[in-house]
Amino acid sequence: MELTIPGVATLRTDSDQAKRGGGDAEAADVALAASGDGSAFERLYRAHVARVHSLIRRMIGPDAADDVAQDVFVRAWTKLGTFRGDAAFGTWLHRLAVNVILARRTTIGTERVRYDDSENVLDGVAGRPPAPELSMDFEEAVGRLPDGARQVFVLHDIEGYRHEEIADMLGIVPGTSKSQLHHARMALRKHLDR
Amino acid sequence: MKDQWTDRLSEYLDGELAGSERTALEAHLASCGNCRATLEELRRVVGRARALDDRLPTADLWPGIAEHIGVVSLAARRARRRLSFTVPQLAAASVALALVSGGAVWLLGGRTHAPTATAATEVGRRPAPLINASAYPTDPRYAAQVAALERALQRGRSQLDTATVRIIEKNLKIIDRAIRDAQSALVADPGSAYLNLHLAQEMRRKLELLREAANLAGARS
Repeated sequence: MELTIPGVATLRTDSDQAKRGGGDAEAADVALAASGDGSAFERLYRAHVARVHSLIRRMIGPDAADDVAQDVFVRAWTKLGTFRGDAAFGTWLHRLAVNVILARRTTIGTERVRYDDSENVLDGVAGRPPAPELSMDFEEAVGRLPDGARQVFVLHDIEGYRHEEIADMLGIVPGTSKSQLHHARMALRKHLDR
Repeated sequence: MKDQWTDRLSEYLDGELAGSERTALEAHLASCGNCRATLEELRRVVGRARALDDRLPTADLWPGIAEHIGVVSLAARRARRRLSFTVPQLAAASVALALVSGGAVWLLGGRTHAPTATAATEVGRRPAPLINASAYPTDPRYAAQVAALERALQRGRSQLDTATVRIIEKNLKIIDRAIRDAQSALVADPGSAYLNLHLAQEMRRKLELLREAANLAGARS
């Protein structure tokens, strides 16, 4: 009889899983959650919520972050059956979060100034307090970038996606992604020491 | 101050400039203090971005998520598991399971053999795996879930007392035998709705037993 156990070998680990205490435990929790175990899914939630919530907060701001994060995990629960183990669970969840964020951008009105080629973009966003950089820390400054620059900066420099992937996600060309990234970095130079 | 090279500094920093442009920019950097300073600042921005800490939301989002997906909290489930998994209860479940599965197997063709003292003794002596890795081909997803649960249970084995381990092993053997017998019977009568239903029930029973046992082991670790 066939003694191999198909599917298990594809439940891979990654460095984030290692930080969280080992890929085997997480793979077991994924299997448990996929079979309907809410406790296992809660453990997955607690292992990943900080990263997912931080990604959302940086991409679309703090106001809708809780709501979107909740949506991400509810969708993850309903889509766990489609998780094939081709990537680590964290990678799969992260990509799901990005998709939810991008789908929600328009509905929560975050596409205010998508692409601004000025390196002084932090000074030019309507409705912002005057000279905010005097009191902003770095993360706050990231949040004040125009949407296009901020999304590219978060996805590339914080989350580690490549320009080609970002271009695919955002519906732009890689050259625009590179340009947005450079302008975001130039704007953020002023906030390095805060 | 900007010059023609300033807008290429990020690409240079990311290693995305082609050979000739890279060489030209490096020659420019050797003579342009402004670009060198800007490049250093960009490098620090990238380093700062990578060093940002992830933060938890200010409020726990789990209760809302749990409500949406219809599950209860981990703490509540653990409390419930502690109450529901005493050794006498497991023993009673073992007897009930043996009766149900034994009866089903008898119906399938009289190939049943009640769990013997010998088998139980052998299990008791064996230090190695708590349970056998899946010994029959089946749906890959089911097999993956069983295998993952078996590993989780194996990790928490030391948290369970020997009586509990023995009962779990005994129940799993009964279920495995019922599954094998159902599969054998289905070879002769593949269209039998009863046999298919019985096989599905036994496979589900195994998954549920493994899940509960893994949870029990995990709750005590």
